[in-house]
Amino acid sequence: MSARLVVPSALRESAGGAREVAVEGATVGDVLDDLARRMPMLERRIRDERGLLRPHVLVFVDGVMVRSQDDMNTPVRDGTEVHVAPAVSGG
Amino acid sequence: MADAIVLIGTRKGLFVARSSDDRHTWSVDPIRFTNLEVSAVAVDMRRDPPRLLAAAGFGHFGWRLAHSDDLGETWVEPEQAPVAFPEDTDTALLRIWQIHPAPASQPDVVYAGVEPHALFRSEDGGVSFELVRGLWEHPHRTTWEPGGGGACLHTVVTDPDDPQRLLVAMSTGGVYRSADGGASWAPANWGIEAAWMPEGQRRIEYGQCVHKVAMHPSRPQRLYAQNHFGVYRSDDGADTWEAIESGLPSNFGFPIVVHPHRADTIYNVPLRADMERIPVDGRFAVYRSEDAGNSWQALSNGLPQDAYYAAVMRDAMCADAADPAGIYVGTRAGEVFASRDDGDTWSAIATHLPDVLTVRAAVIA
Repeated sequence: MSARLVVPSALRESAGGAREVAVEGATVGDVLDDLARRMPMLERRIRDERGLLRPHVLVFVDGVMVRSQDDMNTPVRDGTEVHVAPAVSGG
Repeated sequence: MADAIVLIGTRKGLFVARSSDDRHTWSVDPIRFTNLEVSAVAVDMRRDPPRLLAAAGFGHFGWRLAHSDDLGETWVEPEQAPVAFPEDTDTALLRIWQIHPAPASQPDVVYAGVEPHALFRSEDGGVSFELVRGLWEHPHRTTWEPGGGGACLHTVVTDPDDPQRLLVAMSTGGVYRSADGGASWAPANWGIEAAWMPEGQRRIEYGQCVHKVAMHPSRPQRLYAQNHFGVYRSDDGADTWEAIESGLPSNFGFPIVVHPHRADTIYNVPLRADMERIPVDGRFAVYRSEDAGNSWQALSNGLPQDAYYAAVMRDAMCADAADPAGIYVGTRAGEVFASRDDGDTWSAIATHLPDVLTVRAAVIA
């Protein structure tokens, strides 16, 4: 499946300026693994070296937030939008 | 005419101060790494031109370690994570606290001290690092407690005569040393009191809250330590430590720096212990000893004379290696002061910055 990963403005420098990145995978976990191969600098802003989402990074799959490791099995369809955003942490 | 450079890491970005008149006047470049916490910087003088290294935290997005081979005009962050814990440790990097180029005999070796307590080693000049397993697998590691700033390995000291000899300092593991290049480690804290322990239990093998350790390159057995409680000297390569705090207004502080050409001359910045952490009596002064800590002198000529309540962080004081040497001190009020007469007189080289976390300086021929 081919999904669109939407890059927040704070991370576009790590994506060569891109607002969106095309990524492949059957689940959101697969998609992030694919991102790690294609653009490791961008991927490590989103997940730590254990493969866990950073605590203050939000990921939405077609508008639904995913957080836990179980959520990483959320299926991805062609055209799915994987939206990455920094949490509004700290007030 | 010498060109001098000072890397200033702050809570909100990196600043580079430059002088082209042998450190008499300075200009400060515009901010780089805006809104990133620049926690550790280094000038690797083993390369020509020197390589600059900077570690910066994104907050939400983890840490980066970048380098510059054009004296700070452009910076490169490797595509692969320079510092990352291996998969089998099930651990994630929380902060980079220290970047330390090894002695000249190992021109591509750079060490990084990180949180949680761990040491990393690079053999390609700081582009990629590997975990030093000998320290990570030390049986004491799981008993090291975090200090107020976190579970940090904040200091790496190397011996220019013997690259196998390493020393690290951790809050609150204390001082550990290796004689085999990092394969094995042992605590080295005898004489450093654990002042928070009950009477009679203050001599502990490890667990002291050391804040900084400095070595003079011409005399590698001579070490100085600024601890949470106490200032110490070792003349035997950290076999034993003795207190040298008599004459200081407080034995609490963070940095300790050795003069680059005189092993008996040291600098620190005492703060009111231990929860307040402001200059004693609101008077900002650098303290200098010229007799290895037997006596101390307050230096404040050119430093702010009004009441001053900003502290100096553990890596926010340094020396360059020129002659005469430059001594530099940055404060949490966003000011950096420099002296080119061993601390007798000071002048501000940068002001109105975010709070200063780290400074490193070099004179480049």
